[in-house]
Amino acid sequence: MQVNDNKDFQPTIVAFCCNWCSYAGADLSGTNRLQYPANVKIIRIPCSCRLNPIFILRAFQRGADGVILCGCHPGDCHYTTGNYYARRRMSLLFSMLDYLGIEKERTRVEWVSAAEGAKFAATMNEFVDAVTKLGRNHRLEDLRCKKQ
Amino acid sequence: MQEAMKARAKELLADGSVNRVAGWKIGEFSYDITPAIFETAEEIDRDFVYDDFCGANLSKYLISQSRKEGKILVFLKPCDSYSFAQLLKEHRIIRENVYIIGIECYGKADINKIREKGIDGVLGIKESGSSFVIDSIYGEATVPKMDVYAERCLVCKSKKHAVYDELIGEEGDVVPSSRFDKVAELEAMTPDERFEFWRGELSRCIRCNACRNVCPACSCENCVFDNPNSGIANKAAADSFEENMFHIIRAFHVAGRCTDCGECSRVCPQNIPLHLLNRKFIKDINEFYGEYQAGENPDEKAPLTNFTFDDCEPSIVYKRGGNQ
Ligand code: SF4
Ligand code: SF4
Ligand code: FES
Repeated sequence: MQVNDNKDFQPTIVAFCCNWCSYAGADLSGTNRLQYPANVKIIRIPCSCRLNPIFILRAFQRGADGVILCGCHPGDCHYTTGNYYARRRMSLLFSMLDYLGIEKERTRVEWVSAAEGAKFAATMNEFVDAVTKLGRNHRLEDLRCKKQ
Repeated sequence: MQEAMKARAKELLADGSVNRVAGWKIGEFSYDITPAIFETAEEIDRDFVYDDFCGANLSKYLISQSRKEGKILVFLKPCDSYSFAQLLKEHRIIRENVYIIGIECYGKADINKIREKGIDGVLGIKESGSSFVIDSIYGEATVPKMDVYAERCLVCKSKKHAVYDELIGEEGDVVPSSRFDKVAELEAMTPDERFEFWRGELSRCIRCNACRNVCPACSCENCVFDNPNSGIANKAAADSFEENMFHIIRAFHVAGRCTDCGECSRVCPQNIPLHLLNRKFIKDINEFYGEYQAGENPDEKAPLTNFTFDDCEPSIVYKRGGNQ
């Protein structure tokens, strides 16, 4: 595992957030003036199970250093069972990334409800810290997409 | 075996039970056997072959063939019958239009391994006990079967057919297989070593799409990789990202549906061990959600279209195998 020694490194994080929970949770953490780093880019999805594995790879291709999926707590999915399917898919996908030697710490799933603004901010802070330690994503980057 | 198959095929054609036969014929060379459809007894007499190079899995062809007029006869080896059963479960094949003859199989030879033994100009292959007798323009050579078996046959998981109408040869059994050993070996490496290993393998890919096209599970009418907006539609990778992307997504799309028939690795012109990607998913599914063999049980739900309330969380991946 490479350890980042560039102190100024600011990772780009893509957070896929379910519309019915974490997206509202992010809002709540904003209205409560809880801080989380500005390098977290939120993409709203209708349900955690909308997340096609290709989206995760695309995010890495276009320059993300970490990708996190936030959905409703198991049992609370707006569509009843979507997050159970997402949970299986993500377990397998992350395990495959690890198998290919891609740092598994760059991907994460967290269940955050609409009422958990504080958890949302804490999760993001923690994830940004973890990815900052890893440094830039080199193993799933696309050189053609790099800014000069 | 070949003669019994030919005779039975002609019989079924003659009495009108079927109007076509799916089997194998010799391609450009005697060792490159290709799938073929026969319509008359003459064609069968002339071209039909069944020998130790007949690795090709015929089940995928039935997706389109079973939609044609009349019934078709198909010969399936045990591993092929799993692919057939899986396609049946996905409602891709019209069962009434297919007559299946299950054929016994002790393992197929891999032409690359034969070449590695210094045998060139291969003209034919016969079995004799625990060896293959290979006929070539330089004369005959005898090699132990174990040395030239295709990888998938070395770790064959079942000699039992998942589905058939009649059998030629003995009914086999599910056999113990060591097919996950290499996956476990890779898992035990450090991420850096794994990364190097896979770069070495995947960077050889020329994106011929043969692995996708031959795969019975990979049979979508519209494939994501044919999408002109995907950025990686049918072209050689311009960046290592594309190689990873293609291979992760291809393997992911067949996760839980791949029966491990081994066709992807067989057809890859670059000898990329694609089965190691598919088997990783199978191994994980077995470990996370309980033993599952695609194509085995038509009533069982596929692992990715199913869930339980207490499935493991994706974070299990961080906890497992503390290799850094
Ligand atoms: S790669 Fe995916 S989309 Fe393409 S044929 Fe295979 S399963 Fe279908
Ligand atoms: S068959 Fe081999 S070379 Fe062709 S696309 Fe698949 S992995 Fe690449
Ligand atoms: S609606 Fe939020 S995870 Fe399904």
